[in-house]
Amino acid sequence: MTTKTATTAATAPTAPQSRLSINLRQSGIYVAFALIVVLFAVLTDGALLQPQNISNIIVQNSYVLILAIGMILVIIGGHIDLSVGSTVALTGAICAVLTVQWGLPWPVAVLLTLLAGAIIGAAQGYWIAYFGIPAFIVTLAGMLVFRALTLTTLGNQGIGPFPDEIRSLANGFTGGYLGNIGLGPLGGADLVSLLAGLLFVAGFALSQWRKRAARLGYGQAVEPMPLFVLKIVGVGVVVMAVVVQLARFRNLPWVLVLLAALALGYSLMANNSVFGRHIYSIGGNLQAATLSGVKVKAVTFWVFVNMGALAALAGVIFAGRLNQAGPTAGTAFELDAIAAAFIGGAAVQGGVGKVVGAITGGLIMGVINNGMSLIGAPSEQVMLVKGLVLLAAVAYDVWTKRRA
Amino acid sequence: MSDEILVMRGITKRFAGVTALHDVSLSVRRGEIHAICGENGAGKSTLMKVLSGVHPHGTYDGEIVFDGEPCVFHGVRDSERRGIVIIHQELALCGQLSVAENLFLGNERARRGFIDWNRTNHEAQALLDRVGLRENPTTPVNDLGVGKQQLVEIAKALSKEVSLLILDEPTAALNDDDSQHLLDLLDGLRDEGITSVIISHKLNEVTRIADSVTVLRDGKTIETLPAKGLSEERIISGMVGRDLEHRFPPRTPDIGDEVLRIEDWTVHSPAQPDRVLVDRATISLRRGEIVGLAGLMGAGRTELAMSVFGRSYGVGVSGRVVKDGVEIDTRTVQAAIRNGLAYVSEDRKRYGLNLIEGVQRNVSAAALGKLSKNGWVNENEEFSVAERFRRSMGIRTPAVSTQVGTLSGGNQQKVVLAKWMFTDPDVLILDEPTRGIDVGAKYEIYSIINDLAAQGRAVLVISSELPELLGLCDRIYALSEGRITGEVNRAEATQERLMQYMTRGQNS
Repeated sequence: MTTKTATTAATAPTAPQSRLSINLRQSGIYVAFALIVVLFAVLTDGALLQPQNISNIIVQNSYVLILAIGMILVIIGGHIDLSVGSTVALTGAICAVLTVQWGLPWPVAVLLTLLAGAIIGAAQGYWIAYFGIPAFIVTLAGMLVFRALTLTTLGNQGIGPFPDEIRSLANGFTGGYLGNIGLGPLGGADLVSLLAGLLFVAGFALSQWRKRAARLGYGQAVEPMPLFVLKIVGVGVVVMAVVVQLARFRNLPWVLVLLAALALGYSLMANNSVFGRHIYSIGGNLQAATLSGVKVKAVTFWVFVNMGALAALAGVIFAGRLNQAGPTAGTAFELDAIAAAFIGGAAVQGGVGKVVGAITGGLIMGVINNGMSLIGAPSEQVMLVKGLVLLAAVAYDVWTKRRA
Repeated sequence: MSDEILVMRGITKRFAGVTALHDVSLSVRRGEIHAICGENGAGKSTLMKVLSGVHPHGTYDGEIVFDGEPCVFHGVRDSERRGIVIIHQELALCGQLSVAENLFLGNERARRGFIDWNRTNHEAQALLDRVGLRENPTTPVNDLGVGKQQLVEIAKALSKEVSLLILDEPTAALNDDDSQHLLDLLDGLRDEGITSVIISHKLNEVTRIADSVTVLRDGKTIETLPAKGLSEERIISGMVGRDLEHRFPPRTPDIGDEVLRIEDWTVHSPAQPDRVLVDRATISLRRGEIVGLAGLMGAGRTELAMSVFGRSYGVGVSGRVVKDGVEIDTRTVQAAIRNGLAYVSEDRKRYGLNLIEGVQRNVSAAALGKLSKNGWVNENEEFSVAERFRRSMGIRTPAVSTQVGTLSGGNQQKVVLAKWMFTDPDVLILDEPTRGIDVGAKYEIYSIINDLAAQGRAVLVISSELPELLGLCDRIYALSEGRITGEVNRAEATQERLMQYMTRGQNS
């Protein structure tokens, strides 16, 4: 065989350049996010980055971000879910019935609600995966059906108030277990929050370092040391800046802790688990995946089950935040979640996307919402800008792909 | 007016570096049925696409003279205006629309933009009568069988005042009765003065109906012969040529015991469940053996392979797959893989690769389980596996993270092969393993196939190129109309002999 010539040709020095351009395309979303944050920080005279406002942005958008995590997996698999808004409403209502009317303890109620969401997802996943009806149709039907079931469950009125634990999951903050420490000119800040932030950054740095070492051990290409250090320092600075601001306000919102755990877990799952890989392969080329022995139907089914469970989690948090399960809860949430996924770099054909990208996409919309309302822009302008940002993000993606 | 209705001179057509037609000439006499014969890939369909304007003027060299006038066609509409109508292998009908609507599609019988339904259906009926199709013009085309759909296509051509009718493999998908009717119809049209050019693999039909035969091989015109008294053998010798170059790596076969046996394998068409695509085929493979499966387009080669591999094609599949003397389950792709089977598709972009992912993730796609523990993939192991295959197979790529879609055809094919080699199969079915690959890369693929056999695996190679099968295989099965019509060992195999088996119909 011609191994020798092949190897020399294969190590031709075209690699660094192409890898850089791929990086540019993938990191475009983070650059855009940074620019938008800076823009609104300037426009609002820094109000955007005030401790309480950062806390607000996170709490106000938490449910959309949770939905976006599920939605990106659905979209990577080449499908769509239009029913999540109605599922949020229905599961919120179920949770309200379980706690307020039946008086079940809150952990049991939350678990049962998540199970209900999973069943909702399974019902839709069955028609999509095993019956072969396009997800667009099934979930459009679901959108109507689950809204109707919400109204039936609630008897057309709101149910509340929720137990304190559920409210604090949505709205509450970690306690000041170790008290405050002084941060000089910044004033007092919660020690537990600061320690949690530091722990997170240290863990991130350590895991990145170990990953890099392992890659080197296998003789793989890694980013040059200065870039690697810059990345870690960059992430560390941003995380700590956010944490310090939060610690100065009222500690860490519980939903932030939850979101961080979900983002971490689902990123790992998407990238490193067999299940996650199968989602990408199905969205990338359904036939090739089938002929490679991927259980396409089962994977699709479980993606929707997962979406349903996450929608239920969002439903609990949304209801807890309003302290009431209402008949109009979650209206148009599906659009925000889908927009977040596409702004975050998902492809309409499927097979492409990242969990962190979807979260960033959701945050971009959250910052636009928040920043524009801070400068007193009317809601129609907010809608207009969000629509144009979605279009621009996908146009950029299509453009870079065409150029490649 | 001259005696010749069509003259094509010095036609050369290139696709991205591959010369599909090289200085091809064709002349067709007025009022005859002219057959064009050649192996798959000889350039027949390309030549007809040049003629009908599918490949517009300027994308090829050479000249076309039709009815004494030079032709400059920019699209199919231009050629149709001159009375040249092509009926493609894949029928171009809208299944949901009625027969009448299909007949006048793009050529509607309308008054001020509104369809005149009375006129449409009336004229449609007249056309259907002309082709001998007893159907209501308002019947949806989907309700008709393929044979009748073929007649609708011809009626559609007649509606355009056709003077030269081109049919690309018109009987490939038809049963004997329908083929018979179609050929009779062409006979009748000849009496009406319509000239036909027919591309066909079925040489018995060619000798029966054609007035003259032009043979193409490797994109070149070999000869034009009068059909009267012409034997099928004579056509075959023109189609296959005589020279077999040395473009295969040397190999010393080391053949062991039988490893796989496919018995009485029968497959029906998913579109028409009563149509048999593979008919009680029995194939046996031994360790270390490279076995060929020869057959013309539509003979059922891919259908056979894909139905064995996890029932990925066809309905009403029956038969047994026996491995090492024990019947095995191949009803799902997972089971087939688990039992040591691998199938490399003829269409690697559609069925083989995830083009938007990198080499690494494609190589691991069929055997992620080998790289994972408790459901978590070890990406570093995955990298080294991909890297190992990149080196051993000479996959030319900047990195194993590079998107597969950016690689050349030959390298993409190596990635697919690597994917299946990583599943460590005992039997590999390679469907057209060198399709769309340049000569140099073909040699490398052949080397890989030889290596696979040398490792004690059995390889079944499906190929349209007979020289490839002759150069590569220890034993070759011929498939015709779904049946195994012959089996020859390397020593006795010749293209002529194979071609005879491959063109042997049910009735001959």
